[in-house]
Amino acid sequence: MEYGPAPEGADPGFQWLDGHQRQMKLFIGGEFSAPSSGQYFESLNPATGAPLAKIAQANGEDVNKAVAAAKEAQIEWAGLAGNRRARYLYAIARQIQKHSRLFAVLETLDNGKPIRETRDIDIPLVARHFYHHAGWAQTMEAELPGYEPLGVCGQIIPWNFPLLMLAWKIAPALAMGNTVVLKPAEFTSLTALLFAEICHQVGLPRGVVNIVTGDGETGRLLVEHPDIQKVAFTGSTEVGRIIRESTAGSGKKLSLELGGKSPFIVFEDADIDSAIEGLVDAIWFNQGQVCCAGSRLLVQESISKRFHEKLRVRMQTLRIGDPLDKAVDIGAIIAPVQLDRISELVQKGVEEGATLFQPEWTCPREGWFYPPTLLTEVTPSSTVAQVEIFGPVLVSMTFRTNAEAVALANNTPYGLAASVWTENLSLAHDVAAKIKAGTIWINCTNQFDAAAGFGGYRESGYGREGGKEGLYEYVKPAGMALQSIVAIEPSKNAGLDKTHKLYIGGKQTRPDGGYSFTVDGIEFAQGNRKDIRNAVEAATGAASSWANQSAHLRAQVLYYLAENLELAREEFPVSNEEFAITLDAIFTYAGMADKFDGQVHSVPYRGLTYTRNEPVGVIALICPSEAPLLGLVAPLAAAISMGNSVIAVPSSSAPLSAALIYRVLDASDVPAGVVNIVTGDPAELAATLADHAGVDGCWNFQQDLIADVERRSASNLKQVWSVTSLPFGAKEWLRHATQVKNVWVPMGD
Amino acid sequence: MSAPDISHLLQPTERNPGVPLDLDWVESVQINRSAVERRASTLPGRRTVKKQWQAAWLLRAITCMDLTTLAGDDTPGNVRRLCAKAMRPVRQDLLEALGAGDMRLTTGAVCVYHEMIPTAVRCLSGSGIPVAAVAAGFPHGLSPLKQRIEEIQASVELGASEIDIVITRGHVLNGEWRALYDEVAAFREACGEAHLKTILATGELGTLRNVGKASLVAMMAGADFIKTSTGKETVNATIPVGLVMVRAIRDYLAATGYRVGYKPAGGIRTAKQSLDWLILMKEELGDLWVRNDLFRIGASTLLADIERQLEHHVTGRYSAYNRHPMG
Repeated sequence: MEYGPAPEGADPGFQWLDGHQRQMKLFIGGEFSAPSSGQYFESLNPATGAPLAKIAQANGEDVNKAVAAAKEAQIEWAGLAGNRRARYLYAIARQIQKHSRLFAVLETLDNGKPIRETRDIDIPLVARHFYHHAGWAQTMEAELPGYEPLGVCGQIIPWNFPLLMLAWKIAPALAMGNTVVLKPAEFTSLTALLFAEICHQVGLPRGVVNIVTGDGETGRLLVEHPDIQKVAFTGSTEVGRIIRESTAGSGKKLSLELGGKSPFIVFEDADIDSAIEGLVDAIWFNQGQVCCAGSRLLVQESISKRFHEKLRVRMQTLRIGDPLDKAVDIGAIIAPVQLDRISELVQKGVEEGATLFQPEWTCPREGWFYPPTLLTEVTPSSTVAQVEIFGPVLVSMTFRTNAEAVALANNTPYGLAASVWTENLSLAHDVAAKIKAGTIWINCTNQFDAAAGFGGYRESGYGREGGKEGLYEYVKPAGMALQSIVAIEPSKNAGLDKTHKLYIGGKQTRPDGGYSFTVDGIEFAQGNRKDIRNAVEAATGAASSWANQSAHLRAQVLYYLAENLELAREEFPVSNEEFAITLDAIFTYAGMADKFDGQVHSVPYRGLTYTRNEPVGVIALICPSEAPLLGLVAPLAAAISMGNSVIAVPSSSAPLSAALIYRVLDASDVPAGVVNIVTGDPAELAATLADHAGVDGCWNFQQDLIADVERRSASNLKQVWSVTSLPFGAKEWLRHATQVKNVWVPMGD
Repeated sequence: MSAPDISHLLQPTERNPGVPLDLDWVESVQINRSAVERRASTLPGRRTVKKQWQAAWLLRAITCMDLTTLAGDDTPGNVRRLCAKAMRPVRQDLLEALGAGDMRLTTGAVCVYHEMIPTAVRCLSGSGIPVAAVAAGFPHGLSPLKQRIEEIQASVELGASEIDIVITRGHVLNGEWRALYDEVAAFREACGEAHLKTILATGELGTLRNVGKASLVAMMAGADFIKTSTGKETVNATIPVGLVMVRAIRDYLAATGYRVGYKPAGGIRTAKQSLDWLILMKEELGDLWVRNDLFRIGASTLLADIERQLEHHVTGRYSAYNRHPMG
């Protein structure tokens, strides 16, 4: 009993291409125009290698035009009432649904992914994304009071989900009153251009959406364009780093959705057959070319043998072939370069001792295909266990205990997603909380929805797409200038000769270098690299237990800190006004510690998708010069209220308040290592902190250090908040002190 | 590269003799409803058959059909009609147009109540089509055990070569696995040479986990087939339930080496549904389970829809019920 061919007709796709003479234009300012260079490159069908169309290569002139069009359109677009913008987004959603099959066919031709996926997953999610964000446009004023659009957004998307990534980028940007210039991936530009036609059809004002096709150079021109206020990028961690470096100091807001090596954890009490089916969706979805693919299988040792036997049997029944065939599970790999990379990595895995399993059947000869692959006998030190393969290759390891499962899961620089399989819900939620990743799927995998935020921890990037949490990537808070808060009061003579040390790991310690610096006749410890190293060590050691304390307890510590600070009022050489605001800030964050809740998202399935606002981890605070006490204590209180531990570098022009606070911290039961303070040269200390791979976030208030800190942060993609004006309201601070984790829990027994 | 050992799949079918009740195994069953439903709902989107393949699959579905009448008003008259339909399920001109004119297409069996067995045996004589009878207090299964056993024996004596019985749901709902095992084992013994199809009445078992556990116990007790429903429950054969049961069959095979057949019944009315079930069997259990020695579909109105689809395949025009002889 064979299935026989079941092809989806490709003709509508070809007719659309023919309608454009197979030579695509750019979409700028509401018009389709030829590239000024007159240059084109070819887009190929990965399933056959055959050319589909010529794609315009946009150059600097085109990018300039597109950004200018977007800039011109933005004021008016942002000025539209929310319900007007909502109408456009709604119209786009409707139009996508009306042409859904053409989009699906075109996407499959261009990308090589099975028609089942484009038809049943990609395109419906695209329409859903526009519907959902039409609602955010409608309600922006009420839901995001005090926030305003950023301006022109430069958006760069990958080839693995061409239209879906476009939707994730464009829908929230437009909803929040921004205009966009989007560059599709070089391999997959076609559906973006069909989308441009739809924008035209629904009468979207000219310049609100601009599509410039091209290669990496086009992307670079877009990222570096001075009139762009925001860069949103989805793609490789490598390119993400480059973008982080090139935008450093530019003031552009940045969100990055990068690579992953996501764990797929199967505990011994899981529904094994369902977990195996989950793996099919995890690693053989879109040929494994998915940033959040469950590519690292972790199976409990007690069931490992049986699990792998079943998995191999299941792999035999996967069907690979013409992606337009409706009964195909695995389509074509995007391009020969990617196919080579997959083959090389698998070869390397085998050389390093992994055991290879592939089904007995063979792949089609034409086009670019790679069979589903399982590598067992893999260890965490294997190359294939560490690097992102971005192909249909699953690497498998075992674990003995729940704690070991979590340790292995977190043993990666990435943190995009994880899948957890167990019938024990206590275990599931516990593991979900402990895994450092932006999305946790319990007993499911690769679930996406417009109402749920998606994005990474660690080197998988920052920012969220989807849900309310995703909107903040496209708005900015109204704020006040740093300089306006509190004027520096001259330091009073502190009277007795004191020795001001550093504060590391709950102890006042002498600086490693043995030097001091003098401000207003008072000597302060001159911290150096090694002091920073020690401070990060102490902060890291304290981080997990502090994060796991109840918010109630953290609030108590902060209240006590305020109380003790007040008792020491006379010691601090600051104005009454600054002192009062400082106390009030501590009280605010103490009060908010147990109120900055996660939420439950309305995702269209039978289940619970809840968010946790989790601490970023270890945060470096490069404090402002403007308000020596407030500028140290307010950020510190905000950060630790959410469970972060901090290393603060006080202003070098007025470090006395910082040095005086050590004893207050000691008296207030702040656990050792949660707050560390290193005085010294902010430029030197900030550089060390920004370079440090153990630092997860950095709040920098020193304007002259912004470029340097942002550039250095690229090394581990730590989350940098360059504070140029103080946002109103505590929540904005707390948003920076946390990262949103979405946990998906399907229900039903 | 090492492929899993599937050589045992290539041996000829040996009847499942049952194995001792293994309670540890039963208690270890884990079923996640949402994940099962996800697989069930995406399967029709992952596999499909078109054109001549579809026609061939539909003919196969007919050969796997237990053509059934289980109504209180059954008489020898309508049972004779049903048997005639079982022997000639599709118009000969259509079969010839499909190139299947001489394949001697019949349904897999005819399924009736005890009182109708003699009529069915007489009508089907020489056709090779087995008569299946529901027995043992069908559809409630709550008459005295002794009577239920005698009923099976009586049906076998009248010439039924397949016996469809229904389990005591209370044994499952209360976790009385030993009692369930003993009950099914007693039925199996009463069947003698006749094949035992064990109906779990899955619509009344509460959870998919219970369906999985009951499937295992029924097979351990010697069921030749496990079957979803009597057709009288409010929820009958669904793909998620089917998935759980066929996965239990797979596990039982892996552990014991015995192949147990599968029969969904109740609510399967369209040609498309029959294809979905065949696809499920092929995907989860392989090609051996898309043949009527290991797969049956219990149905009464399904055949008429398949006939219409076959005519559409032959003529390119949509058909109507009145163009096909009724059963």
